[in-house]
Amino acid sequence: MTNLLEVENLTVKFPTRNGMFEAVRDISFSLGRERLGIVGESGSGKSITGRSILRLIRRPGILEATRIALEGEDLLKKSEREMRKIRGHKISMVMQDPKFSLNPVMRIGDQICEAYRLHAKASKAEAREKSIKMLEAVLIRDPERVFNAYPHEMSGGMGQRIMIAMMLIPDPQILIADEPTSALDVTVQKEVLEIMDKLVRERGMGLIFISHDLNVVSAFCDRVLIMYAGRIVETCQADKLHEAKHPYTRGLLNSLPQLEHPVDRLAVLQRDDAWQTAPSVSGTLEADH
Amino acid sequence: MTSNDNSGIRINNLDVWFGDHEERVDAVIDAEFSVPLGGSFGLVGESGSGKSTILRAITGLAPTWSGEIFVLGKELGKTRDKEFFSTVQMVFQDPYASLHPRQTVDHVLSEALYLHGFDQPDNRIVKILDDVGLSQIFRFRYPHQLSGGQRQRVAIARALIIEPSILLLDEPTSALDVSVQAEILNLLTDLRAERNLTYLMVSHDLAVVGHMCSKIAVMNLGRIVEVLDVKDMRKMKAENAYTKQLLEASIQRRREA
Repeated sequence: MTNLLEVENLTVKFPTRNGMFEAVRDISFSLGRERLGIVGESGSGKSITGRSILRLIRRPGILEATRIALEGEDLLKKSEREMRKIRGHKISMVMQDPKFSLNPVMRIGDQICEAYRLHAKASKAEAREKSIKMLEAVLIRDPERVFNAYPHEMSGGMGQRIMIAMMLIPDPQILIADEPTSALDVTVQKEVLEIMDKLVRERGMGLIFISHDLNVVSAFCDRVLIMYAGRIVETCQADKLHEAKHPYTRGLLNSLPQLEHPVDRLAVLQRDDAWQTAPSVSGTLEADH
Repeated sequence: MTSNDNSGIRINNLDVWFGDHEERVDAVIDAEFSVPLGGSFGLVGESGSGKSTILRAITGLAPTWSGEIFVLGKELGKTRDKEFFSTVQMVFQDPYASLHPRQTVDHVLSEALYLHGFDQPDNRIVKILDDVGLSQIFRFRYPHQLSGGQRQRVAIARALIIEPSILLLDEPTSALDVSVQAEILNLLTDLRAERNLTYLMVSHDLAVVGHMCSKIAVMNLGRIVEVLDVKDMRKMKAENAYTKQLLEASIQRRREA
């Protein structure tokens, strides 16, 4: 397995009135043709990590890294113009909230066609046909109607499925999914995860799956990075997440209510200041096997 | 008409719809359930199943409904009076959207007190902040200076400061981290025990509802398909096919893990 993506010593800083705030501190990880989960609470830096890969950190935010390499090519050396060719085409991203990601004054079909035609030479008719197929693939019941609808006519769950369709239509190599199923119902969530799973496998894509939901991540991913206060505190195989050792991971797992094991009071996470200063664990896989 | 039962909320043949004629969408169809006084009842279902709409009909936010809604044995009419709002309060899903961005915590809480004619606002605000586990330093802060969990605590304080007996909870923790969710759920459990509150809680998360409620109604496409005890739910003793599917979907995730 060769690594699609390698990130070395990534740090993201934001200047504030009270000095420099380090949202992500010196983390390294790699992504093969696998499903990599990043979990943590809000503010742990997981979304910023996802955005850094696409160099989507706006000024005054500062992105520093030794290397962010996509198939051996260093993305940090690319110009903004070259980056635009990579975003969407090679690496695409599904953001947290479809309400803010979709253009409210443009028909859904036009937005999906635009995403497709930006990177592929295709006629309008071809793009339309492909878009409708893509909408079907994400289990939208009435793709023709949705194609001509505006985003406000969609529910949150539909909106997110449209986003996934739009992001997968240019056939990227890496998909960064930032809380893609948080807005969906459990039954639909499973369907959408299955679609993503199928696509990742069929196309040999790499997937970075950012989520706060430990159950979803452990069921769906191959490998997990657990982030706290901008650092990777633990990394493990996803199916072994429930055997995780770090007190933070344990705390998160224990604070979940469970249907089969009722308790009177839920365990509350006790934070330790040492977690913030401890060095990051490396999430890099050796690219040899 | 008043009924003699000791229910906190009782709903009979409730229909709620939006739009007229050919544009009419039936959001809730023939809903029926009752929540005993001091009890805790959960409504679960997927988005669009009508669970939040029931709460909105009770509070008067969805004016087009028919059927019967009783609160503390008293039937509700088309409009809600002051007495209703001092009995029933609601906590909304998104603490980022439900607090006024340009009002301090103190302002939000004093306004609720003023509207309901309470005296001694100062003492009451100090006390309620204590009760919901917020330090007094947050009293003069604006919502953007608070974290999500702190904001939800403010929303709970705002609902409880006027001493209602029934709390409607619309996905109170779905916008929060699991660690913060545990804190808020514990807080709600404690407050219910202290104040003998009645909860009607809406959530899509069966584990959360299972933790908080003793009885649940499962909704699908506007209808209540099954009402069951949480004990039965834990044993997977559901009759309805849809309930089974929902239970399996939420338990399976953990099993696979």
